[in-house]
Amino acid sequence: MSNSRLEPLIFEISRPGRQGVRMPAPDVPTTEIPATLRRDNLDFPEVAEIDVVRHFVRLSQLNHGIDIGFYPLGSCTMKYNPKVNEAVARLPGYAAVHPLQGEGTTQGALALMYMLQTWLGEVAGFEHVSIQPAAGAHGEFAGILMIRKYHLDRGDEKRTKILVPDSAHGTNPATTSMAGLEVIELPSDEKGDVDLDALRKACEEHKDTIAGMMITVPSTLGVFEEHILEIVEAVHNVGGLMYMDGANLNAVMGVIKPAELGFDVMHYNLHKTFSTPHGGGGPGSGPVLCNEKLAPFLPGPIVAIVEEAVDEDDAPLYGWEMPEKSIGRLKAFHGNFGMHVRAYAYIATYGTDLAEVTRYAVLNANYVRVKLKDHYHAPFDRMCGHEFVLEGHWPEKAPGIHALDISKRLMDYGIHPPTNYFPLIVPEALLIEPTETESKETLDEFVEIMLKIAEEAQTNPDLLHDAPHTTPVRRVDEVKAAKELVLCCRPILPE
Amino acid sequence: MAKWKSPSGYKYSKSDEWYKVDGDLVMMGITDYAQDQLSDIVYVEFPDVGTKLDAGDSVGSIESVKAASDVYTAIGGEVARINSSLEDSPEQINEDPYEAGWLVEIKVSDLSPLDDLMDSDAYAAYCESRQ
Repeated sequence: MSNSRLEPLIFEISRPGRQGVRMPAPDVPTTEIPATLRRDNLDFPEVAEIDVVRHFVRLSQLNHGIDIGFYPLGSCTMKYNPKVNEAVARLPGYAAVHPLQGEGTTQGALALMYMLQTWLGEVAGFEHVSIQPAAGAHGEFAGILMIRKYHLDRGDEKRTKILVPDSAHGTNPATTSMAGLEVIELPSDEKGDVDLDALRKACEEHKDTIAGMMITVPSTLGVFEEHILEIVEAVHNVGGLMYMDGANLNAVMGVIKPAELGFDVMHYNLHKTFSTPHGGGGPGSGPVLCNEKLAPFLPGPIVAIVEEAVDEDDAPLYGWEMPEKSIGRLKAFHGNFGMHVRAYAYIATYGTDLAEVTRYAVLNANYVRVKLKDHYHAPFDRMCGHEFVLEGHWPEKAPGIHALDISKRLMDYGIHPPTNYFPLIVPEALLIEPTETESKETLDEFVEIMLKIAEEAQTNPDLLHDAPHTTPVRRVDEVKAAKELVLCCRPILPE
Repeated sequence: MAKWKSPSGYKYSKSDEWYKVDGDLVMMGITDYAQDQLSDIVYVEFPDVGTKLDAGDSVGSIESVKAASDVYTAIGGEVARINSSLEDSPEQINEDPYEAGWLVEIKVSDLSPLDDLMDSDAYAAYCESRQ
């Protein structure tokens, strides 16, 4: 038995001829598969059932997840994923439905999708919703293609530029490029807001070629854009449309409606704000919402009522509709339906209390911010939204300590590191987002550990440089990992 | 001693590139401050030799373990040479940003845009001011 704290690869515990399942004798006539269609070199691991179970349970125990500990990964909204969502998603009517079933046998699933569209629209103040995009960046891509098509549809082919603040998520410029448009980067002012003069100048200079602007509210620095109304007006005045990146919606959900701020189109991240799991990087869900102007361009098909209910005991008949000038289909079938069910369950659970979620998210972030701001450099000393940014270094007091060292040391205390080195405009950035689902005790414990690390940085810096000390994998060589892209899951077995 | 080197004989931009003039050829790279901010550099992307550049154009991008960032030129011209040795050993930018870690050489017809850039002392003060 191995004493290593690392788990071997499943290929390493494979032994020729070992198997986990004993197939029953066939109870139908057998057919020989033609030799040309058969191969004998399938590299499947050969393992017994108990070894498979132990392997994956052990791997799960090496992992850190929201069900194990605090996870203040800024920008990602790692809130608790309520188990009732999972129970609902596992109901056979949702879990076993097949995407190729006709509308006749899927009215319940369609009703759920329709209600989700309606509720998401209500939260944002937009009437038109497509829940097809499968991730936040996918929703962005949809929104920017819609803006592009809107201008082209009007016969305006010169509008090829999108304004993007320098604090933006990398997905914003990436989306712009993917849509065949050009980025104009806008600087931030000393408070962390968009530099209004630079924006006005860019609007003047490129007034005939601006397709629109992408902006995150609150910004990726965790601060609410104080001039958001002026920004919206400036872009609208030159004929551009406003895209809201809804990644940080957890700071405004139920309190502000993006449509009322003047936005034309936006996306949600159901896997952030609406508590569907991030597990293993997905699947996500990035519904796109818009006003009347852009509605004909939404990706589709979209669930719609095709026949109204005749009376209150009757249900309407749901079906599919393709928006008139749709940018097209963005995803096979109907988006990540399992995530729709979970988000529906989440909204149904909170009902009109959804704004309370937001208030606690903002309260928790500000509570931690105020407790830490005299011990870590806080570049923007102002009320934050659902997250805030600190600089993870003390050039005078603890030279040589970087944000990365602080993050690695946090792992020793059983806490997932905050987001590192983003936003790019803050040196040694640590972006901290506690979310609303953490108790005061958990927040206090985090603060205490952060203060302890700030002290260790001065008294015993090597403790940070060499961290993590207590994890199964110690400090990884990031340079080597980035330069030598060798990923091999087929080790050479002993002869 | 200053924390970051900014040798004399070079011109420096606010976006942390350096320029060195040799006749009608201008060599450029990123400064000691820039490489320190980026930390370990793992990948460099170049324009093709012969690419025509306007002032403000990107002359490639540099990726570190922290971030990827574009490098911009303050002067227009044509790419005459690229430092292809960085493709295999981009760490030269970290180790020797002003010599072995140069990025591109641009053939220019008008050197005047460089007049607006900072000299060694002004750039050193600019780096300090951002501490």
